[in-house]
Amino acid sequence: MSILLVLEESGGKIKRASWEALAAALRLGPAESVTAVVIGAQTEALATEAAAKTVGKVIRLEHPLLAHYTADGFCIALQQLIQNQDATQHVVFAHTYQARDYAPALACRMGQLLIGDVVGIDEGPVFTRQLMQGRLNGSYRHNGNGPCFVSVQAGAFRADTDAGPNAASAAITTFTPTIDAAQIRTRPGEPFRGSAQTVDLNSAQRIVSVGRGIKDAANLPMVQDLATALGAELAASRPICDNGWLPMERQVGSSGQTVAPKLYLAVGISGAIQHLVGMKGSQCIVAINKDPDAPIFEVADYGIVGDLFEVVPALTQALKAAKQ
Amino acid sequence: MKIIVAIKQVPDRDAPVRIAPSANWIEERELQWAMNEPDAYALEEALLLKEKVGGEVIVLSAGPERVGSTIREALAKGADRAIHIVCDDLNGRDALGVARLLAAAIKPENPDLVLTGLQSEDVGLGQTGVIVAELLGLPHSTMILQVEKIEAGFKVKRELEEGWFQSIELPTPAVLTMQSGGNNLRYATLMGIKRAKTKELRTVNAAELGVDIGSVVMLERITAPIKQKSTQILPGSARGAAAALVEKLKTEARVL
Repeated sequence: MSILLVLEESGGKIKRASWEALAAALRLGPAESVTAVVIGAQTEALATEAAAKTVGKVIRLEHPLLAHYTADGFCIALQQLIQNQDATQHVVFAHTYQARDYAPALACRMGQLLIGDVVGIDEGPVFTRQLMQGRLNGSYRHNGNGPCFVSVQAGAFRADTDAGPNAASAAITTFTPTIDAAQIRTRPGEPFRGSAQTVDLNSAQRIVSVGRGIKDAANLPMVQDLATALGAELAASRPICDNGWLPMERQVGSSGQTVAPKLYLAVGISGAIQHLVGMKGSQCIVAINKDPDAPIFEVADYGIVGDLFEVVPALTQALKAAKQ
Repeated sequence: MKIIVAIKQVPDRDAPVRIAPSANWIEERELQWAMNEPDAYALEEALLLKEKVGGEVIVLSAGPERVGSTIREALAKGADRAIHIVCDDLNGRDALGVARLLAAAIKPENPDLVLTGLQSEDVGLGQTGVIVAELLGLPHSTMILQVEKIEAGFKVKRELEEGWFQSIELPTPAVLTMQSGGNNLRYATLMGIKRAKTKELRTVNAAELGVDIGSVVMLERITAPIKQKSTQILPGSARGAAAALVEKLKTEARVL
């Protein structure tokens, strides 16, 4: 019984999402069965950080060609490591953009299929992930021989309670894969920011966020009026920004900003998981939606089920009246 | 340049979804269907590339007969021809099984580029494109917003987390999964819809592709999510509910 936990680095530290993945790994087996893997060209500091956590051991998967992330480099290195380990039962990742880019290829190379974006693990193990934009849940089971690959959604497992620091340090070893530069087919450039940020949604106390339900850009002033009456910043879910109705910098969600204001009022947003991860930490969540089964109501404190074209102007009026 | 765009037909976003009696899929009767939105962006990017550098755009879709309407829509928007893998048990296959079908249909076409959406709006696994690349032995990149043809292959703009991006260069042929929002979707014109009827739509039965149908991962059961938070639904007319909400936000939540 052994679990390989693949950690991800950002700015010289292990990402928080990786510690949530550790919490998930600990549902699959005891700490001593968990081997944490850090990947890169220089991984000493990352390995030290990992060794202080509730893990059995730490492996530094190190090679000069792993200095920058490439799907090819990571797949080759991890495949060699897994094949070198005794009977790995589970390989666990955080469901980050990086993992989404290479983990399916790695699993396929080993005749397996990643169970991605997992939000729950039960006896079996049975893995729960969301379907139909969060409106339904699916229970998945691994059927094949060989390791079961799993990636864990951000926020689904609590990193702070389940995976706290450990008094004893886990043993650290190094594994050097054989990689030839010619095997890496893509040439990644340096990350860059899209455009200068002029809106800081993070510092907003109140946010009114608008989604597909608004139907047309021409209807946005109605929501802006509500935001003004509330003294709130206007934000949006991805489709609104995709359509160019609002600038990308106002987008909340996994591909936009993560916010946690005192009040988050979601107008015509169904609440796909990509949006929820960006706002579910808000203190008070209000949802206005015509669909009573919309997943946004799963996280909302208050809800109004109705036509936003009637509710939003009424709410603006009520707020103005309350101020007088 | 020869571009294949893999598209999926999914339940229309606004269609109410119910769990089928078998509890391992949704009730498909009386459902409305639409083109998976990220796939629509992939199609648009393919059409833009073709307009710039010339070539051919082929749409590829697997599924039962109903998928034909989504394929026609893609042809009406400007794709040159289509391949429909007729498969009545698509939902019973896992992502590896579906990718095997797509890869088997793509391989004899020898495309320069394969595009597909980064994930489907129904199952949302977000891996089919990556697995297709792996099965075909081609390099790939994911969550791509724009594709540019360059001397050595392709230069793409990849979305990273929290508002960051990255340029990546890949050789030809390659597989890319497209993020939504990188381009503006076009509508099919009346002329396009008329022309689509005369374009080649080749059907191939899934069984003829001779791929492994075993599954590694099983979707055992579908359930309605259990509410984790108790939401206070404010009833009544729009005006009544709005007034009640303002009161709650003031006195109960104390956020006004």
